[in-house]
Amino acid sequence: MAGVQVANVSRSFGAMKALDDVSIDFADGGFYALLGPSGSGKTTLLRQIAGFDFPDAGRIAIGGESVERVPVEKRRIGMVFQNYALFPNMSVADNVAFGLSVRGEAKATIAAEVQRALDLVQLGKLGGRRPHQLSGGQRQRVALARAIVTKPRVLLLDEPLGALDKALRVDMQIELKRIQREIGITTIFVTHDQEEALTMSDRIGILRDGRLVQEGPPEEIYDRPQSEFAATFLGDANIFRGDATGSGIRLQDGTTINAASGASVPAGAKASCAVRPERIQISTGSAKPDRVDANTLEGKVSKRIFAGNSSTYFVDREGQTLKVIVQNTGAERLAEGEPVMLSWSPDSTVLIAA
Amino acid sequence: MADQLATGSRRGLRPALPLLLPAYLWLTVAIFLPLSAMVFFSFMTDLPLAGKEWAFTLGNYAAFFSQSLYSTLLFASLRLGLEVTLWCVVIGYPAAYVLAKVLKGRSREAIFLLVILPFWSNGLVRIFSWAMVLREGGILDTALNAVLPFKINIDLMYSYPAVIIGLVHSYVPYMVLTCYLTLQAIDDSLIEAGRSLGASRRQVLRRVIIPLSMPGLIAGSALIFVPVVGSFMEPRILGGRTGTFYGTVIEDQFVAVFNWPLGAALSFILLAVVLIILALAAPVLRRAG
Repeated sequence: MAGVQVANVSRSFGAMKALDDVSIDFADGGFYALLGPSGSGKTTLLRQIAGFDFPDAGRIAIGGESVERVPVEKRRIGMVFQNYALFPNMSVADNVAFGLSVRGEAKATIAAEVQRALDLVQLGKLGGRRPHQLSGGQRQRVALARAIVTKPRVLLLDEPLGALDKALRVDMQIELKRIQREIGITTIFVTHDQEEALTMSDRIGILRDGRLVQEGPPEEIYDRPQSEFAATFLGDANIFRGDATGSGIRLQDGTTINAASGASVPAGAKASCAVRPERIQISTGSAKPDRVDANTLEGKVSKRIFAGNSSTYFVDREGQTLKVIVQNTGAERLAEGEPVMLSWSPDSTVLIAA
Repeated sequence: MADQLATGSRRGLRPALPLLLPAYLWLTVAIFLPLSAMVFFSFMTDLPLAGKEWAFTLGNYAAFFSQSLYSTLLFASLRLGLEVTLWCVVIGYPAAYVLAKVLKGRSREAIFLLVILPFWSNGLVRIFSWAMVLREGGILDTALNAVLPFKINIDLMYSYPAVIIGLVHSYVPYMVLTCYLTLQAIDDSLIEAGRSLGASRRQVLRRVIIPLSMPGLIAGSALIFVPVVGSFMEPRILGGRTGTFYGTVIEDQFVAVFNWPLGAALSFILLAVVLIILALAAPVLRRAG
């Protein structure tokens, strides 16, 4: 096992900068998600770490050893592909045995290791099957067993759950996490699914247009996004734009919004504030906010979407539509068209430099 | 889904008939009838032309077994077919691999065209142009002597290698095309998966790519082996005196000796032998694939 250091890595394909000076430290034994929209460079970064492609500039180290010019087969990594990439001409057991057998391990060792890996992914009895006889989730497990049986230094996963349906995906998320904990392997995992990134990883790196936008634990990125992109890509956010006042921003109509956290922006400069929809209280006009410095806004409900355990209100004000999520606590539901008061604490507001 | 399947099978053959009929009519008229006539001929003592007397006989088939010349030539032809097929694999498979896995876009189209080009030129023209290249004082001889500092004599004309060269040239596109199709269907991520597991490119080729492209290799080999065993044009023109093979003997019966019954009988023996070989090879090849 080993950590992975990516330092100032750049990679261009023609005029397209797929990776632009990206640096991330993946600590030993951690579970990392690389999150970003398609074309953000997350897969390119994974392929640089794997060794399928070499960076134009920068350094990649696995376990402290520089590998940026080492071909993939010498890097001792394990990789799980989006389409699983199981060898269709081999049985499940032979698929898992492949990595050990090209290394020339003894037959008995291989058989024992393969059985152990298949047991770990709970497919101990299916070694004789062919890949096409398995379900999507089972193929996924075989791909995982094949990737870890060689005891790689890092496990790389390229959208591994993308082809599974929702229920199976949740099962596999838990399963993947369990296996990762059990063998303690550094795992880097590419996804465009923010929920997956939030629930599974110890740390998340958000990429956009080949650049690392923000990196940190999920809670930190969710609670203190450093850019509008990070705020809106990881979860939902209401964004207000205006001029910085020192303790928040002033909107064009003169309303001030106080923010207790985020960047420090000199007064007068352009800045924005982000508020998560579930942090906003919504009430009919008369109610008073419970804090004096609370941010308040008036608006009108334009739409309500009921989702069982919660309701989402869309509230129109001054040409902006705000999103508010209210847990279903049994309180009275607001009707569309009703005038409402929104309020939220400055602690729930993040100041973002423009 | 199940509904669709049900309606699909209920429609059955009838609506498809207008689509199938032209092809099958054509095959019946153009192949089945003449072939049946040939089967008939092969059991006759002579052609029923110009009022000649004829009778049914097994003599034409017996001739194959009584004269060792025919079986010797048949073995030579089978060997020729095997060698040509092997060379086509050696030359065609790497080309197909590069076409399917290395080249992309424009350059792939251009190289592909070069592979198909021989199909568009007349077979005889192809063979005679080889004759010009291979003979003493021909293009190959002149070119090599112009480059090399010492004098060498290249005269491949009327030799076994010349026959091989001509046949490989004619048939290698089949191997390229069939292998290209199966290679293209192999997902690149399988190659990457193999390498990520520590396999060198060579190991990935041997353990993943070649087994998965076996259907293409088998199809290409069958497409090449069968006609090469019965070939007569290349052996005759490029092989000269050394170019006597089973196919040329059959041709002689039809165009020179006018012993159609013997020619027909020899053809059907060849057909039977080829079918037996393919039937014997099938299970082995299927296991390999």
